[in-house]
Amino acid sequence: MTYNADERGYYGEFGGAFIPEMLYPNTEELRQNYIRIMEEPSFRKEFDQLLKDYVGRPTPLYFAERLSKKYNTKIYLKREDLCHTGAHKVNNTIGQILMAKKLGKNRIIAETGAGQHGVATATVCALMGIECVVYMGEIDIARQAPNVARMKMLGAEVRPALSGSRTLKDATNEAIRDWINNPVDTYYIIGSVVGPHPYPDMVARFQSIISEEIKWQLKEKEGRENPDYVVACVGGGSNAAGAYYHFLDNPNVGIVAVEAAGKGIDSGESAATSVLGKVGIIHGSKTLLMQTQDGQITEPYSISAGLDYPGVGPMHAHLFKSGRGEFISITDDEAMKAGLMISKLEGIIPAIESSHAFAILEHKVFNPEDIVVINLSGRGDKDLNTYINYFKL
Amino acid sequence: MNRINKKLVEGKKLLSIYFTAGYPKLGDTVKIIEDLEKNGVDLIEIGLPFSDPLADGPTIQESSTIALENGMHTELLFKQLKDIRKSVSIPLIIMGYFNPVFQYGVEAFCKRCQEIGIDGLILPDLPLDVYQNEYEHIFKKYGLINVFLITPQTSDDRIEQIDSASYGFIYMVSSASTTGAKEGFGEEQKNYFERIASLKLANPQIVGFGISNAETFNQATQSSKGAIIGSAFIKHLAKNGVDSISGFIKNIR
Repeated sequence: MTYNADERGYYGEFGGAFIPEMLYPNTEELRQNYIRIMEEPSFRKEFDQLLKDYVGRPTPLYFAERLSKKYNTKIYLKREDLCHTGAHKVNNTIGQILMAKKLGKNRIIAETGAGQHGVATATVCALMGIECVVYMGEIDIARQAPNVARMKMLGAEVRPALSGSRTLKDATNEAIRDWINNPVDTYYIIGSVVGPHPYPDMVARFQSIISEEIKWQLKEKEGRENPDYVVACVGGGSNAAGAYYHFLDNPNVGIVAVEAAGKGIDSGESAATSVLGKVGIIHGSKTLLMQTQDGQITEPYSISAGLDYPGVGPMHAHLFKSGRGEFISITDDEAMKAGLMISKLEGIIPAIESSHAFAILEHKVFNPEDIVVINLSGRGDKDLNTYINYFKL
Repeated sequence: MNRINKKLVEGKKLLSIYFTAGYPKLGDTVKIIEDLEKNGVDLIEIGLPFSDPLADGPTIQESSTIALENGMHTELLFKQLKDIRKSVSIPLIIMGYFNPVFQYGVEAFCKRCQEIGIDGLILPDLPLDVYQNEYEHIFKKYGLINVFLITPQTSDDRIEQIDSASYGFIYMVSSASTTGAKEGFGEEQKNYFERIASLKLANPQIVGFGISNAETFNQATQSSKGAIIGSAFIKHLAKNGVDSISGFIKNIR
């Protein structure tokens, strides 16, 4: 049994490409070429070089001694927060901009929620000198002014999504509409392991550098490649997909997925898709999603802008449904406290998304000899205002 | 014989109108259908509103949002249409996105459609392969015609696949766009219309997207069987309500 995508882009019952015919030629072109291109030596070489010299990889695998002592287990942090632009997102945008170039595209579109993927996309477009349009919900534009400014400085055009709830899901709709209207010259850089096949698999492959490095880094430090647990937060799920990737088919490695419970699972303001979602279709993928009984997609909530997506990547839906992954939901309050704890204990201010992953240490007990890798997906600079307001700093 | 197939063999160019159920007012559905038939429209597409209509431009999106705010939902639409066959005989198609149908249960949805007298479905995000592998037998069991879309970017091979999977008509999207995005036709459309005509497909084609008046209707139907008007009709309803449907139709033909 494998937990990776099959050739039709299915993870068990989840995935596929539920797209209108207008998008068929674009996704088909990508589907037919993505693996071949990714395996070309020239692509590999350029990708690896940029990850090393531009992104700053490999990111450290850091033994968190004080944190380990506190929870009486061995905890390593995978430091994706040290990537250029401040999070793992750039691993994927580097890969996809090279893919776009190979496919001869000269215009890039992207969606963004909090702005992290938008910034990572604008960054690689600046690097390559390619036109970039980022769709962002009108409400998010107001909430995330610094990231909007970053994208503008990087030369991107930020277009407000004015439809629906005017947040991430609507920005995604607008980006897809742009692609429908510009099918020939435009490439759509999706920011997570969501969307129609081949996006979830392609993004997971680009992010898989995270677990590839964990393996050899852990071998150096502990003499073994496989940890007992890998822990990551899941919104759409790209940092988690990358952290799990090379451990998916090894049952000895426990997979822990951390979702945002928002103000509580039953509060009506939550983003815990595995608990609250049902099987359906969102953004071209069959997966678990939060919806009304009638099949209308609902608006999720989390204090962390990167986790409030109403769906989850099909890989994660399958990990949940099959029982391969353990899913834990963490409230705003628990995540914020964990963020403060990591700051004081390890001198690292995590992104609130990543703080959710740390908060499970209060819920789940590990053995003293367990090796637990927590993916520190991003740094907290972008969240300072939220931390300030929350803790009245 | 399905009402759509009967209509398609009539020797005239067909006018199909799309509207969003529950818009402008929740209870307008039946009146709009009756008025469209009375005014000589040939086919009606009843839009089942969806929160995230990917293939639609702002006009239809907005009408969907309002329809949902008005309280439209799948079961209510079926209730409104329960007795529709007592008053109209025009072919009726439900057009919507796949998720609401999937949540209702594809078989239960198709069964209700048959009971009411719905003749076909257009679900743009239900792709050909999934339809063929999982749902074709259900659609056929309940006598529903599934309508596929093609666009100027669709390859000849793919069009032939779609043609052989179709048993009604092919919805020919006039340009690479969302609904209501472009008005009128240029050289690209002319070439596309000619290319499709030259393929001599088994199924007739009805052109949609970009048709808003008599001129564009005539252009679109020169080499096709008919044309669909959606966004322009929604705009008309937004401005004039449901009382002046005859005026809108008379301006088309």
